[in-house]
Amino acid sequence: MTTTDHVEHNEHVAAHEGGHKPNSFYVKVAAALAFVTAIEVALYYLDLGKAYLPILMVLMVIKFLTVVSLFMHLRFDNKIFSWLFYSGLLLAVFVYLGALMTFRFFDGS
Amino acid sequence: MSEATLTETPAAGDRPADDRPADDHHADDHGGHPVSSTGLSNNKLAMWLFLGSECLLFGGLISTYMLYRGRHTGTPGPAQLWDIPLTSVSSFVLLMSSLTMVLAVSAAQQRDDRLTVIWLSVTALLGSTFVGAQVYEFTSFYHEGVGFTTSLFSSSFFTLTGFHGIHVTVGIIMLMSLVGIVSRSKVPGDKAEVVELIGLYWHFVDIIWIVIFTLVYLIPA
Repeated sequence: MTTTDHVEHNEHVAAHEGGHKPNSFYVKVAAALAFVTAIEVALYYLDLGKAYLPILMVLMVIKFLTVVSLFMHLRFDNKIFSWLFYSGLLLAVFVYLGALMTFRFFDGS
Repeated sequence: MSEATLTETPAAGDRPADDRPADDHHADDHGGHPVSSTGLSNNKLAMWLFLGSECLLFGGLISTYMLYRGRHTGTPGPAQLWDIPLTSVSSFVLLMSSLTMVLAVSAAQQRDDRLTVIWLSVTALLGSTFVGAQVYEFTSFYHEGVGFTTSLFSSSFFTLTGFHGIHVTVGIIMLMSLVGIVSRSKVPGDKAEVVELIGLYWHFVDIIWIVIFTLVYLIPA
């Protein structure tokens, strides 16, 4: 096996293993996610006015991406998996926006 | 495509090692699961494709709920029904089940069957707790006079959260089946990959709840 083959082989093995981290890393990530959830719930009981919705959406996206990237290993895995998943996700967002706009434009008013 | 590639070839395990193509040697290096021409596991590719399509399913259900959540004239709406402390606890439980699931995948990759079974069982237990809380929530809504056909709000709410609950239940069944299979050491193919695939499904169920919890429960109608 040549050096190039060896490097390619190791990269392939790393991709197969999905860039798994030590368990302590996952515990820290879960603790961070729990903390963000606690912030979300605390914000619900506080009156933040117009800032409430954007902050909540940002926190939701952070939690979503953290689980997808780190727990589902999409960040370390092959990019094809990311394309498959995020294309479905984007399509879903467009479906929602399309439906919302349709009801806004054709609600009889 | 040549005729040789169209004809059925014997299974890799049936042929002498020297007769196997290079890809088969590669497969052996990765725990026995076949690697496709893309260099990726077909099973994993199919799972990600499935999860991408599931995004569309839940995208449609969430869209419907967001459009109809204000349609409950004369009947209780979200503000009267939601029990945020209960839902927060169940969200926390589901989030922690994602941690135990990733620990199960980690144990499976280290070929530690005992820890794999333990973490899979804990994940199933946490999932069951979440489903139990959801059943309690649905029952309390019913006692307050809100059923599936009470209003457009209730129909879209029960459909969305019900579909998610069914997904969690299917996940629990898969986890318990996996516990049985791993315990008997009868996992077909690469054990770590099988646990990882079930893990991907379980994490997906969790991320969908992250979205539902924010959009349905925390944003006032």
